[in-house]
Amino acid sequence: MSAVAVPPAPPPTPSLTTRLIVHFITSIQEVLGTMAHVTVTVGAPSLKKTPLPTYDVSGIIGFSGEFVGSMVLSFPQATAEALVSAFAGMPIAPDSPDFADAVGELANMIAGNAKTSFGGGTNISVPSIVLGSGHTIARLQDVPCMVIPCNTAVGGFAVEVNIKPRPTARPATGAK
Amino acid sequence: MKILMVDDSRTMRNIQKNVLKALGEPVHTEAGDGFEALTCVASQPDGFDLMLVDWNMPHMDGLSFVKRVREKDKATPIIMVTTEAEKGRVIEAIKAGVNNYVVKPFTPDQLLDRVKQTLAKCQAATAVAAA
Repeated sequence: MSAVAVPPAPPPTPSLTTRLIVHFITSIQEVLGTMAHVTVTVGAPSLKKTPLPTYDVSGIIGFSGEFVGSMVLSFPQATAEALVSAFAGMPIAPDSPDFADAVGELANMIAGNAKTSFGGGTNISVPSIVLGSGHTIARLQDVPCMVIPCNTAVGGFAVEVNIKPRPTARPATGAK
Repeated sequence: MKILMVDDSRTMRNIQKNVLKALGEPVHTEAGDGFEALTCVASQPDGFDLMLVDWNMPHMDGLSFVKRVREKDKATPIIMVTTEAEKGRVIEAIKAGVNNYVVKPFTPDQLLDRVKQTLAKCQAATAVAAA
């Protein structure tokens, strides 16, 4: 059997990270503008230094294929209630199963729309939703997690992006 | 009109139902994944007039569902409603047998126009085949 060495992926260059973040910003504004009729203004992205999500309600999407990692759509409870109700076109109580469903669908659309600009070959997971303060999210350790602060007329929220190109497998020297 | 909606998000199915009220009073059947949708198809001997199908779903994805449907049914109009917008994915879906494609996010008008366009094309194709 041939030995295959998987070298560690180089950390993404600033230009790659910047390009990816731009795709997410465009997607956030397009998805919430089209589906919830909400205008989103975006602040300067920053490096996240804690595994704690920015807010209490997390919609999590995993990436696999050409890019790997995750995106977390992180809302304060009140903002989540307002945005999912605007999205669904009716009030949705936070204890309704539809609340998590709507948060997940928003996360799905933002991640799916953003990855369209990655150049193909990247897949997204079905969404996972975590409700409640104090939860932590495991992320890739060898790539920075960027936080995109967002603001709307009904409150602020954040999108946390932690992705990198897939490590490339190459035959080891001398392998046949 | 009988419409099968296949999407793991109930919120998204409700949004689509509200948009399609403009078609009159369609009868909706809903499924949360491809397996559920196959059961719906099997239990509807007269078939559906239209299927709206998401791509990314648990248990069985929309593409697999479309392929299974097309093994026996080449005629029912199927529209993929999904975030998967890369050219390669669209081609893959069309090869599997979808008649049209709507990328999320969409406006109500975009979805409604695509549905009307698809129904008109499929009706025209059926009429030509019958002539």
